[in-house]
Amino acid sequence: MRREVPLMITAIVGFTLIIVYFVPHPPFSDIRDLFADWFSIIAAFAIYLGILSLLKINVEKIHRKKSGWQFSWVTILGFALFVVVGITEGRDFGEYGTRYYYLYDRIYYPLMATMFSILAFFIGSASYRAFRARNREATLLLLAAFFVMLGRVPIGYYLSSWLPEGWRMGDMANAIMSYPQMAGQRAVMIGIALGIVSTSLRVILGIERTFLGGD
Amino acid sequence: MGFFERLLKIDRRIIFTLIAIAIALPLFFNVSMYVETTPEVRGVFDAVDTLTAGSKVLISFDYDPGSMPELQPMAESFFRHCFERDLKVIVMGLWPQGPLQANWALDVILNEPDIKAKNLQYGVDYVNLGYTAGNEVVIQRMGSDIHAAFPTDYYGTPTDEITIMKGVRNFDNINFVYNLSAGYPGTMEWVQFAADRFRATLGAGNTAVQAPLMYPYLGRRQLVGLLGGMKGAAEYEVLANRPARGVRYMFSQGIAHAVVVFFVILGNVAFFATRKKRKES
Repeated sequence: MRREVPLMITAIVGFTLIIVYFVPHPPFSDIRDLFADWFSIIAAFAIYLGILSLLKINVEKIHRKKSGWQFSWVTILGFALFVVVGITEGRDFGEYGTRYYYLYDRIYYPLMATMFSILAFFIGSASYRAFRARNREATLLLLAAFFVMLGRVPIGYYLSSWLPEGWRMGDMANAIMSYPQMAGQRAVMIGIALGIVSTSLRVILGIERTFLGGD
Repeated sequence: MGFFERLLKIDRRIIFTLIAIAIALPLFFNVSMYVETTPEVRGVFDAVDTLTAGSKVLISFDYDPGSMPELQPMAESFFRHCFERDLKVIVMGLWPQGPLQANWALDVILNEPDIKAKNLQYGVDYVNLGYTAGNEVVIQRMGSDIHAAFPTDYYGTPTDEITIMKGVRNFDNINFVYNLSAGYPGTMEWVQFAADRFRATLGAGNTAVQAPLMYPYLGRRQLVGLLGGMKGAAEYEVLANRPARGVRYMFSQGIAHAVVVFFVILGNVAFFATRKKRKES
């Protein structure tokens, strides 16, 4: 029963959700709304689960003095600071001039911006080391990158404005993005979609049972 | 070790320093650059520009401060365009930080003299519905009842009591949906549920990293248009004839791209110059 009941629930919910997607009329539309409400409630609880998991991992790290345990203190204290300030500010916690706004603007925003901006440095360094015309495929990739990188910024326009319209850097970049790039993306998306469909069917039909845990 | 071999083994800290200079230094100069517009951005602009006054526009803020430099100028120029055309704006977020980002953009735009002169009222001309957990399932719920997905707005006012939300039940009552996205949940989910399932007219603004993934949806018109990265924001500002942060930052981004391309060329020159020696060894 420990395996059969979860498998049955999965199969019933899975098939029901497939039917309600294609039949948008009562009672199926009501079932769809009911499931959507349940999902939102479960998703909201998942946030609390995430908080508990974050605290558990970091408390354990401090307790066992694992490598970098000092940073776990920063995580826990930062978390506590934002929660306490957010709760004490009430509903308007995000408004301009509140203490939460100050923390968000002066700590959270610069930290996130720093993390994201590091990308620019890695792209610069990786481009220098990896973008080599070693063979035909790599050369094609290199040329595509060259046209897209320059064609997507005004400097590309200035470099190629003497060329006839349709042959400028920007036009080249648009053509690369709209044809070979889009074709590649479409192929990847179709592949992923087919993978998701087959995996979902395996789960719904009870062939794939690893989500139950155990052996 | 020869010059080209040394060049191949250049310390990456030198590259980092040059990139930092290339990005930061141009920000101190106010250089106006010509920004070419693309059909993708014109698609979003035209869709908004052809809406009649009083039409309802839904904007979903699905990003956090990490993507602010790219997406916040898009949000600001889009708000400005909507308010200039007297459209009614409904804001929401599938990311917890999204509604806060929306408020930041609103603060900027509502304080611009020409927009301020319109004396726009919260709840009548615009509203922030806040965040609801549930990712794409929230979009699906909105397809049947937006009030059920967002029972209250960002400030706790029941949605049923908000003037702008009267007569808005689902996507049939929304004239245009605009999604600002930096990942999951984001534009892909809006296409799959709002555009495909409920036939909403959808446009999007994405980070430059994510934008190429959305091109297949442009080809099928599941997206009427797409703004990609800071360039997309700059194009929108140019189309709206209101150059702002996006256009200003184009100089910095242009120089940074040129430096990266210069490094790519330099790396290849050094690679080919040392090829013979590598083969011999």
